Amino acid sequence: MNNTRQIYLDNNATTPCDPRVVDEMIPYFYEKHGNAASRNHPFGWIAEEAVDYAREQIANLINVDSKEIIFTSGATEADNLALKGVFEMYQRKGNHIITLKTEHKAVLDACKKIEKMGGEVTYLDVDSEGLIDLKALEAAITDKTILVSVMWANNETGVIQPMKKIGEICEKHGVLFMSDATQVVGKIPVDPKATGVHLMAFTGHKMYGPKGVGALYVCRKNPRVKVTAQMDGGGHERGMRSGTLNVPGIVGFGKAAEIASKEMHQDAERLSKLRDKLENALIAAMEEVYINGSKEHRMPHVSNLSFKHVEGEGLMMTFNQNIALSSGSACTSASLEPSYVLVALGLGDDLAHSSLRFSLGRFTTEEDIDYTIKAITQGVNHMRDLSPIWEMYKEGVDIDSIEWSEH
Amino acid sequence: MAYSEKLLDHFKNPRNVGTMDKSQKNVGTGLVGAPECGDVMRLQIEVDEETGKIKDAKFKTFGCGSAIASSSLATEWLKGISVDDALAIDNMKIVEELALPPVKIHCSVLAEDAIKSAIADYQQKNGIEVKETEKSGH
Repeated sequence: MNNTRQIYLDNNATTPCDPRVVDEMIPYFYEKHGNAASRNHPFGWIAEEAVDYAREQIANLINVDSKEIIFTSGATEADNLALKGVFEMYQRKGNHIITLKTEHKAVLDACKKIEKMGGEVTYLDVDSEGLIDLKALEAAITDKTILVSVMWANNETGVIQPMKKIGEICEKHGVLFMSDATQVVGKIPVDPKATGVHLMAFTGHKMYGPKGVGALYVCRKNPRVKVTAQMDGGGHERGMRSGTLNVPGIVGFGKAAEIASKEMHQDAERLSKLRDKLENALIAAMEEVYINGSKEHRMPHVSNLSFKHVEGEGLMMTFNQNIALSSGSACTSASLEPSYVLVALGLGDDLAHSSLRFSLGRFTTEEDIDYTIKAITQGVNHMRDLSPIWEMYKEGVDIDSIEWSEH
Repeated sequence: MAYSEKLLDHFKNPRNVGTMDKSQKNVGTGLVGAPECGDVMRLQIEVDEETGKIKDAKFKTFGCGSAIASSSLATEWLKGISVDDALAIDNMKIVEELALPPVKIHCSVLAEDAIKSAIADYQQKNGIEVKETEKSGH
């Protein structure tokens, strides 16, 4: 490595733990190591108390009752529990679920499993901004529909869906509304009750808490929602999720929620300024740079850009010993397919291959952004000097008119 | 993904980047791949008509690090060898030299295709019978 500087702009993948979170967790590995389900000695009581406190901290962040928080191992498990749990519990009412093509794999793959279990799933398209078509949603609801599942904000583009309007449609038709809110909780205010969301999955490690702990909010009143447990055992978490609670993780998750309640507004304001600085500088410095997804309805810390005629993984190699971020390029994925989220926005595969996702976080500095602007500009220019299609574009050749040899 | 030193060197200091005049009779141009697939290689050779040897080779590639390194390496190998020897370059040689990971083998296949396509173009221009070469097929 020729430079020790390391910049982390992949906070949508995971955030570092806030040191205040780790400090809070440490005693629960050592002297306070009890099992929260041990009812007959102080070790158990202390652990249970700590879990209850964390449950309050988390409930406060999203303005729900602490009894409505079910701890899981993360958002993927919470998504699975919500989708499969509702499907099993409400089978007599219907077997139809509606979701979006741009959902996280945790939702899409759980839906595919549900289809194998006899369910029917409608995968709605999004528009070029990444937003749901509310008319199409309403038209897709049938008397068999039991659940609508829409992610609050997308992990790749940061695009925020019109949650309140979706909630109203679900309410009107008496359908449950679930949301994967992994990218929003702790980043912007989220109030599932006021939004008409009945089930909501989220996780600690996207909000400066530890990995391996997440939660599902399950509405207990108006309506009282139930899910069939997907993990059987000791009947923990009101029978919805068995398994010894990850006490240190939950304590950390709780602390992260408390910090977020106090600091997310100032974080969001600072990060949106840095994000805009980054985006504006890159667009000003180079031609053919495109913002992917709605600019208006977007998380404050996310920017997804395509640098036309440059391949994302190659571009990342110009600087990724120094800057950590993600690309929608096929070459960065195991499947060798470009990002299905960007393709769903109607981006051609070529633009999807050319995309980078910048996701800023609490510990991103202005210096980081200044360095990134320079490094990305240099990288894109270097890659364009090497790119035959950039040369053709500059010579006025219509790239789309060429008969490419698909391989 | 951890790449070999050689691959990183070709990526950071690509050899023989450039564009030849494709209208020249002794220049053969191969353009393979597709933007939708995330890689496009253009490889060009200039053949010495007296000796039948490749005098110069140039490339430009849109693609990942492995694609760029594979085409850079190919141009290095092409310089100074005969057209027949160039036709014999096998993609697995590139895989070995750059220690390409399995998911990147298609980059070497593309480089082999680019070489063959450039030679075919040169041969067609000069009325030389294009030899049927085994298509790597991917």
